[in-house]
Amino acid sequence: MQRSGFIVGAVRRLVTGPPVYYVWVFFLLALAGAGITAYVKQLQLGLIVTGMTNYVSWGFYIGNFTFLVGVAAAAVLLIIPAYVYDFGPIKDIVIVGEALAVSALIMCMLFVTADLGRPDRVWHLFPGLGILNLPRSMLAWDIVVLNGYLFLNLFIPGYILWKAYHEQQVNMRFILPFILLSIPWAVSIHTVTAFIYNGLAARPFWNASILAPRFLASAFCSGPALSILLYQVVRRYSRFHVKDEALQKIAEMIAIAMAINLFLLGAEFFKELYSDTHHLSPLQYLYAGVHGKGRLVPWIWTAFTFNIIAFIIFLVPVTRKSFATLNLGCVLIIVGIWIEKGIGLIIPGFIPAPLGEVWEYAPTGTEIMVAAGIWGIGLLILTVILKILVPIETGEFTKSTATAS
Amino acid sequence: MSDRRFMNEAVPDKGDRERKSDPSPGSPQQQGTDLSRRTFLAGAAAVMGMFAVNSCTWQEFIQNNFRRMTKKEIDETTERLKAEYREKYGKDFVVGTESPIDGTLFAYALDIQRCIGCRRCVHGCVEENNQSRDPEIQYIRVLRFKDGDMDLEHSDIYYNPDEVPQKGYYYMPVQCQHCANAPCTKVCPVQATWTEPDGIVVVDYNWCIGCRYCMAACPYMGRWFNFADPVIPKDEVNTETHYLGNRPRMRNVVEKCTFCIQRVRKGKYPKCVEVCPVGVRKFGNLLDPDSEVSRIIRTKRVFRLKEDLNTQPKFYYFFE
Ligand code: SF4
Ligand code: SF4
Repeated sequence: MQRSGFIVGAVRRLVTGPPVYYVWVFFLLALAGAGITAYVKQLQLGLIVTGMTNYVSWGFYIGNFTFLVGVAAAAVLLIIPAYVYDFGPIKDIVIVGEALAVSALIMCMLFVTADLGRPDRVWHLFPGLGILNLPRSMLAWDIVVLNGYLFLNLFIPGYILWKAYHEQQVNMRFILPFILLSIPWAVSIHTVTAFIYNGLAARPFWNASILAPRFLASAFCSGPALSILLYQVVRRYSRFHVKDEALQKIAEMIAIAMAINLFLLGAEFFKELYSDTHHLSPLQYLYAGVHGKGRLVPWIWTAFTFNIIAFIIFLVPVTRKSFATLNLGCVLIIVGIWIEKGIGLIIPGFIPAPLGEVWEYAPTGTEIMVAAGIWGIGLLILTVILKILVPIETGEFTKSTATAS
Repeated sequence: MSDRRFMNEAVPDKGDRERKSDPSPGSPQQQGTDLSRRTFLAGAAAVMGMFAVNSCTWQEFIQNNFRRMTKKEIDETTERLKAEYREKYGKDFVVGTESPIDGTLFAYALDIQRCIGCRRCVHGCVEENNQSRDPEIQYIRVLRFKDGDMDLEHSDIYYNPDEVPQKGYYYMPVQCQHCANAPCTKVCPVQATWTEPDGIVVVDYNWCIGCRYCMAACPYMGRWFNFADPVIPKDEVNTETHYLGNRPRMRNVVEKCTFCIQRVRKGKYPKCVEVCPVGVRKFGNLLDPDSEVSRIIRTKRVFRLKEDLNTQPKFYYFFE
């Protein structure tokens, strides 16, 4: 009885909304459909439908994966400043952050699965049934920490919302340790992901200790930028409340993170340029091209420009406080970091190849469609979660309202 | 010395092709020890069957990692593979599972001074090891350097003159170096690749999940991925195979040089050693002080590629 009340209430909430909501949902469904079609083609023909080769053996999928791990981590790390600076009701912030984290994580997992040559053999990874190569393989570690993180991010909001739905008090003494645990865990998913690349001596572009810190710095740019946009959307369509000052505070933090990110980039540039060894080649390929090949050059300079503009927007109080420029800055930074940390990080790791050849890479249409499909699915999940959870959290959707209506 | 076969139209030339085999989720016939695994996998197989997209039979789906198989499972698996290959290539195959011989640690030595760059090893290897002709896979790359230069970034593998060797150049073939401290096996999330006791780095093609982490980890481009169903002409397929070596592979898995495990474990030389017209390729047991490789290491100037990475290759280049 109770449960059907919830389901009916939830479904009713999902199918009702302003026209823009329908447009948005249909758009995402279309993306997802296109992505699934493209993926079926990939399953039938093999990874040959992608642009990847024996030279550049990871590409667009792994690039998106890397970017999204950063989003998932940063969404939760926002809990700290939210608590310290009193952004608004802390539980609301936690819930929205975790909804973002969960959808980003699901997208991460979908991207890795899309990249896998033999998804039919995933069971080889299950401990007990298969062999999870712990402690040696960083990919195995990443699977462990990502799944642990997913569990935490489902459990915490699950508990809080269960209580809210039943109009009971949340037992903070029970849930706080989990919230606290999720913070270092967020750092761990990003660090371990960095270590996947970082640990490979064969790839000098990744094999620099600056990689993990840079990962975190850039995650603190893109994740919170997404959160700023998300908070505004949620605030607009529900009783969820976040203060304007909170959004500006986040923007300020992004500026700091971006400063650190740019500083680390500078340090990297100095080391490579000044020592002028062959380790410079991937960086040179990325920013200037080598032997007349430089497909990534326009992309990385776009990213660089976007990041600098966003940095200035977030640094100057006037532009930070105006929502028009604030949102522009967010979009610029999301695109900038997506380029920098997606293709800009993964592809040059393979160029030049370890024996010196320069083979370029570009994603194929199929690959882009699969990726778009995964984004569609991820954003759909985010939309559904927020559509149901936020009203529960704000008290608009509870057991009594569900049964009353 | 002239040879017209050296065109090395290497890799990523990939055309879309139709899938050939269809999945048939067969019936469970194997009686295994690990029942719970099988029960679970039965359900999973049913789900996979619904998607029906990977050419994968039930037995293939539940197949265990080679190192965990019992003798009986190994026999069943090789029988199944033989039937599969017979159907596909119309020939009877040998799928060997010879174990390493005690007291052997294989190593390779290559006389960089006398290599003429003819690429006979490349093509001999492709034929011996059933490498896909389309998309093209070639375990050996022959790098051409200008005299006086050993910078990998200046090397060329697509050289194509009328005659080799060319004046002013020297050649350095590179293949899997069978590292003693192999980064590729360390990173594999499922232990689908490992170093055998005789020093050969192998892949279980039926266990590999195709994540390609090992390819990113290898500093010598020693690993290749089957981006599509491998194509081997029926009349050229080599039927003398080993489970961990040159048996035909499937799409979306990694493969590599195995020092011709199907040959060397039977006391033969690797194919590349045999086909080299000028005899620059030497192979033998590192643990035997009288073997040719041991003598070369003792008496010649030797070096290994990228020593600074501490991969400790068992592949030595030598010169007088
Ligand atoms: S050369 Fe590459 S594939 Fe071969 S053992 Fe070393 S790391 Fe592994
Ligand atoms: S591609 Fe296969 S062998 Fe290589 S790391 Fe992944 S699972 Fe292991």
